[in-house]
Amino acid sequence: MASKTSKLLTDPLLDNNPVTFQILGVCSSLAVTTQVKTALVMGAALTLVTGCSNLAVSLLRKQIPAKIRMIVELCVIATLVIVADQVLKAMLYDVSKQLSVFVGLIITNCIVMGRAEAFALQNPAGKSFLDGIGNGLGYSMVLVIVSSIRELLGSGTLLGHHILPASYPPNLLMVLPPGAFIVIALLIWFQRTLITKQHQEEA
Amino acid sequence: MDLLNLAIKSIFIENILLSMFLGMCSYLAQSKKIESATGLGAAVVLVMTLACPVNWLIKHHLLRPGALAWTHIDALANMDLSFLSFICFISVIAALTQVVEMVMDRFFPPLYATLGIFLPLIAVNCAILGAVLFMDERKYDLAQSSVYGCTAGIGWALAIMILAAIRKKMRYSNVPAGLRGLGIAFLVTGFMAIGFLCFSGISLGTN
Repeated sequence: MASKTSKLLTDPLLDNNPVTFQILGVCSSLAVTTQVKTALVMGAALTLVTGCSNLAVSLLRKQIPAKIRMIVELCVIATLVIVADQVLKAMLYDVSKQLSVFVGLIITNCIVMGRAEAFALQNPAGKSFLDGIGNGLGYSMVLVIVSSIRELLGSGTLLGHHILPASYPPNLLMVLPPGAFIVIALLIWFQRTLITKQHQEEA
Repeated sequence: MDLLNLAIKSIFIENILLSMFLGMCSYLAQSKKIESATGLGAAVVLVMTLACPVNWLIKHHLLRPGALAWTHIDALANMDLSFLSFICFISVIAALTQVVEMVMDRFFPPLYATLGIFLPLIAVNCAILGAVLFMDERKYDLAQSSVYGCTAGIGWALAIMILAAIRKKMRYSNVPAGLRGLGIAFLVTGFMAIGFLCFSGISLGTN
């Protein structure tokens, strides 16, 4: 049982990573990846929102009528996102300015809704919470990888510290939007070639 | 002139999909056929054109600090309800898609037959909520919001139709196995975004 519970948490990190394999939530994951710092904050916010929304939906699952379940889920998620947004505004004002509308867009992030719909409606609260956190962490991991590549190649820094020598010419393309698309495409390629099992199912 | 500039900016320069990454899910899922891409694009334009001004009215007459002064109740006059904007915006968008769907079903059955299936998808499309939140953050007025909503939708529709066309051409190309499907779609989108970069800097007249 212990291994099964930990699997809930670790499974979404690699084997079943939500961004590349379930094609979910890629929307908002890209615009905040020009810097590692914003990506970390965004990932933390999303992980907490997914965990808590899974918990809440799972606790309410016997009370929610099937017909209006989407609206109930949407309300739960929107409420949690409002809380996250207000907390960010109060504690990390600068970062929340940089994230601008993208915190609000967690509401329409398919991962949050998808996990509530696919997992939390059928499973007890504790498991659902772990599942939410696990999926949130998987999502954060992709965000951090993409943002590390873009920040390192685009401005030669990581978390604001200079890593590459000053003679390195910053690659502007990586900071501009096309960089994100290309990095994600290469990541998907990389992951699919490595984990052939998943790739065959996908094809 | 300002409105025209805003329109050009939101269609080409700050394309909501290619530079803001919004609405990717349905963009990737629905771009396999040109017909469905066109249908979804048209539905997004329609809902966005309605959602932006409606949400502007709600924000400015119900939520903004001091917006409730028209009620002439002292307790309400100074109330700041703007923390509720997220939940209001998303409910308005969901309700709006329902209403559009019903109106279309009743009065324009042929249109409903082509666009109808896409409308429920749109309620949770992040491009719509994204456009509404940008409109709110950039403090547009009512006219600007309407133009922004419509043109951001057009920009999104343009992007999905281009991708669908490219994917159709690509059907016979020899793509490496690991890149097939999702990977190549992202790569093509990246190149499209590079193409759209050459629009940056276009501005009509003086500010």
